[in-house]
Amino acid sequence: MTVITTGLDRRKFLKTSLAGATGLIVGFYLPGRHELLAAEAAPAVMNAFIHISPENTVTIVVSKSEMGQGVATSIPMLAAEELECDWRKIRFEFAPAARVYFDPAFGMQGTGGSTSVHSSWEPLRKAGATAREMLIAAAAQKWGVDPSECRAERGEVVHMGTKRRATYGSLAEAASKLQPPTDVKLKDPAEFKVIGKPYKRLDTPEKTNGRAQFGIDQRRPGMYHAVVLRCPVFGGKVASFDATKAKQVRGVKDVVQISDGIAVVADNTWSAMQGRKALEVEWDFGPNANVSTDSIFQNFAKALEKPGVVAHKKGDAALALQNAARKIEAEYRAPYEAHATMEPMNCTADIREGEGADLWVPTQFQTPSQATAAKIAGVSPDKVNVHTTFLGGGFGRRGWSDFVVEACEVSKAMKAPVQVTWSREDDMQHDYYRPASLVRFAAGLDANGNPVGLEVHVACDSIMNWFFPGSVKNGLDNSSVDTLANQPYDIPNVLVDYQLVSGPIPQGFWRSVGASQNGFFRECFIDELAAAAKKDPYEFRRGLLKNSARNLGVLDLVAEKSGWGKPAPAGRHRGIAVVEAFNTFVAEVAEVSLDKDKNVKVHRVWVAVDLGQPVNPSIIEQQVRGGVVFGLSQTLKGEITIDKGRVQQGNFDTFEVLRMNEMPHVEVYITNSHLVPPTGMGEPAVPPIAPAVYNAIFAATGKRIRKIPYRPDDLA
Amino acid sequence: MAIRFTVNGKPHTVDVDPQMPLLWVIRDTLNMTGTKFGCGMALCGACTVHINGNAIRSCITPVSSVEGKHVTTIEGLSPDHSHPVQRAWIEVDVPQCGYCQSGQIMSAAALLAKNPHPTDAEIEEFMAGNICRCGTYQQIKEAIHRAAALQAKTAKPETSEFDHLPQGALAGGAE
Repeated sequence: MTVITTGLDRRKFLKTSLAGATGLIVGFYLPGRHELLAAEAAPAVMNAFIHISPENTVTIVVSKSEMGQGVATSIPMLAAEELECDWRKIRFEFAPAARVYFDPAFGMQGTGGSTSVHSSWEPLRKAGATAREMLIAAAAQKWGVDPSECRAERGEVVHMGTKRRATYGSLAEAASKLQPPTDVKLKDPAEFKVIGKPYKRLDTPEKTNGRAQFGIDQRRPGMYHAVVLRCPVFGGKVASFDATKAKQVRGVKDVVQISDGIAVVADNTWSAMQGRKALEVEWDFGPNANVSTDSIFQNFAKALEKPGVVAHKKGDAALALQNAARKIEAEYRAPYEAHATMEPMNCTADIREGEGADLWVPTQFQTPSQATAAKIAGVSPDKVNVHTTFLGGGFGRRGWSDFVVEACEVSKAMKAPVQVTWSREDDMQHDYYRPASLVRFAAGLDANGNPVGLEVHVACDSIMNWFFPGSVKNGLDNSSVDTLANQPYDIPNVLVDYQLVSGPIPQGFWRSVGASQNGFFRECFIDELAAAAKKDPYEFRRGLLKNSARNLGVLDLVAEKSGWGKPAPAGRHRGIAVVEAFNTFVAEVAEVSLDKDKNVKVHRVWVAVDLGQPVNPSIIEQQVRGGVVFGLSQTLKGEITIDKGRVQQGNFDTFEVLRMNEMPHVEVYITNSHLVPPTGMGEPAVPPIAPAVYNAIFAATGKRIRKIPYRPDDLA
Repeated sequence: MAIRFTVNGKPHTVDVDPQMPLLWVIRDTLNMTGTKFGCGMALCGACTVHINGNAIRSCITPVSSVEGKHVTTIEGLSPDHSHPVQRAWIEVDVPQCGYCQSGQIMSAAALLAKNPHPTDAEIEEFMAGNICRCGTYQQIKEAIHRAAALQAKTAKPETSEFDHLPQGALAGGAE
């Protein structure tokens, strides 16, 4: 593959489209060419997904953000499957912000929840099929034959009788003037030629020579670099400041106060950072200056003294526990986690007050980014061009627009394009964190060791309340209880309730969201029940998953591939877990050893996944390995703690993540359950690894640890 | 004070604060953005470049210390993806988000220049200073073995003294 352009110059695009020079533009949702033309004069024309140039290049407009999960390849594959084009001629561009790119799952344009392939499955295949039919019709017209005598293959239309051929590029201009078909037939999965194949990623070449453009790489004419000093205490603000010394730093151009703090503007990032060090600031720390991890968990514990809002109820759990032969209780906790994307937060904004704006931004959510810039520029959102760059990691962090607000406010003040760059410390200390959580379990077993009742009491803050303030009306945020309220085990009496404990620490979506901590809690506690029942943890789960075929399927597959039931190599121990997240089913087995100092080494991990029909098995494997690594970091490495209202960690020395010398060998097994549309793989490999490792530690030591991350002292 | 050095064979003279880290000179003064900022403390390896053939963390290396030296960035490793590490990276399809990969590739190239056939353990030790939050480690290891195979003949790198660099600037191993 060759170089792929990112972003779409809307003005140029519009101009050339109107001139009729760019060939076929297909929007499957548009009923006719007339409306397509009418739309070209307005931003609605941007809803084209497929663009075929006279030079035969097929450009797929990708409305999802590429943050490593492979959408810039898997989404073009969906269109290419129906388009019958030459894959070597495929390019991609990131979509501008426009209503037609809204994801129905969010009601806005955005990427998250492992929804990208799922939501694109139907529209992108339809876009491909529609374009194919229009190209066939154009060829048939040209040759004076019936379209039914023609077929499309590898980027050409062929007349079967005479073997005449025409390239898509040569037909695109004429095809673009035809009425798009309103109803196209899509392939049966048995006919797939592209979907299901391990195609190479389209973005690899530019990610191996330094040319890939991330947000932080944007360079605009006349652009300033800025950094922002924010109050270290959550909820605090600037009382007063003196910028005299900061302004004396070489390269510093100006110092401006914005809503988040104080921005130092310079002609390069380092000068801005030096200027920031020279700022003299008095803070008003506000009401949270005494908040600590301990005080937060005390609030959780206090909340759990009372019943919470019922998230799931089946039978009478309290009665079942009362009558059970044995009762097992346990309390688990998980800490705040930072996203720590390798590319720190940043945004480049050019605010032209009252006129318009341009954003070059690594964002997961284009619609709120656009709205943010529009508000600050004092224009309507359609006057804001959002150029989505590559994202140097997202994991949920880039769903927020806080960094967009900063860049827009500074640009507005400077009347020039401004790039705001966060340092690693800014990024770690001003994140929207994976919620810390405290959970109490109680389960009853009958005389045969079968669970008869389960109670789960959850206390944590609500992500949804942070993302959409006031949106949680009845005290229940489903993401807080995900994988607990919807647990698959066949237990006759279950109660799951939730205490929403609001606090000042910003909460956010963190790869796999509620399942990231609740999967750990649930799968460790189920292991506890298996141990109490003196049953094998795999067989125990099997017995309770008879009504959940897909959970059972991946569990059986991972047990088979890992040789569960056969002894592990000397000194090694295995643990197992299965978690469904975003309708993708994942089972994992971890093989670990402990040294004399109780340090845990994870040697091997086996993973079985069922996401329905796989689109690109190679990218799925990447996502599984990546999910395991991300999950191992929260299992064994860093946590975010709070003291005096502020985050105590700052960089990768105090918030460690997994490194190569700690990487286990991960084997991935994908089961094709043929279900369509497929579900996602960006997140679901994360949740099972922490419990798989902890269950292996239990197998090794007989000791049950009930909090992450693991520290050797936990076994003391 | 003007500081002179070459980047990818091209001579540059910059007039900046001598303490400015090489990373920011490359990115903001020379506007070559392939080299990435990740931590600013030589903890993550995203900023790895070569100075006279050795991999260093440019985020803590003052630009004054490269006076008269030859800097190679990802853009200069090869103009056309022909370097064995880049070829291997493409064959194995290593990158996910891709942000750390410039640093990973520069570290891997330096490793292979010194040790043409590294073992798994040697790869793990050398590459432990380069963080990948997407978790491409298994693919990186595979690609380094592949690059070693592709690297038929590689000239021995120039060596020089690096005592003047801050502690931790020289790549290889965590911290």
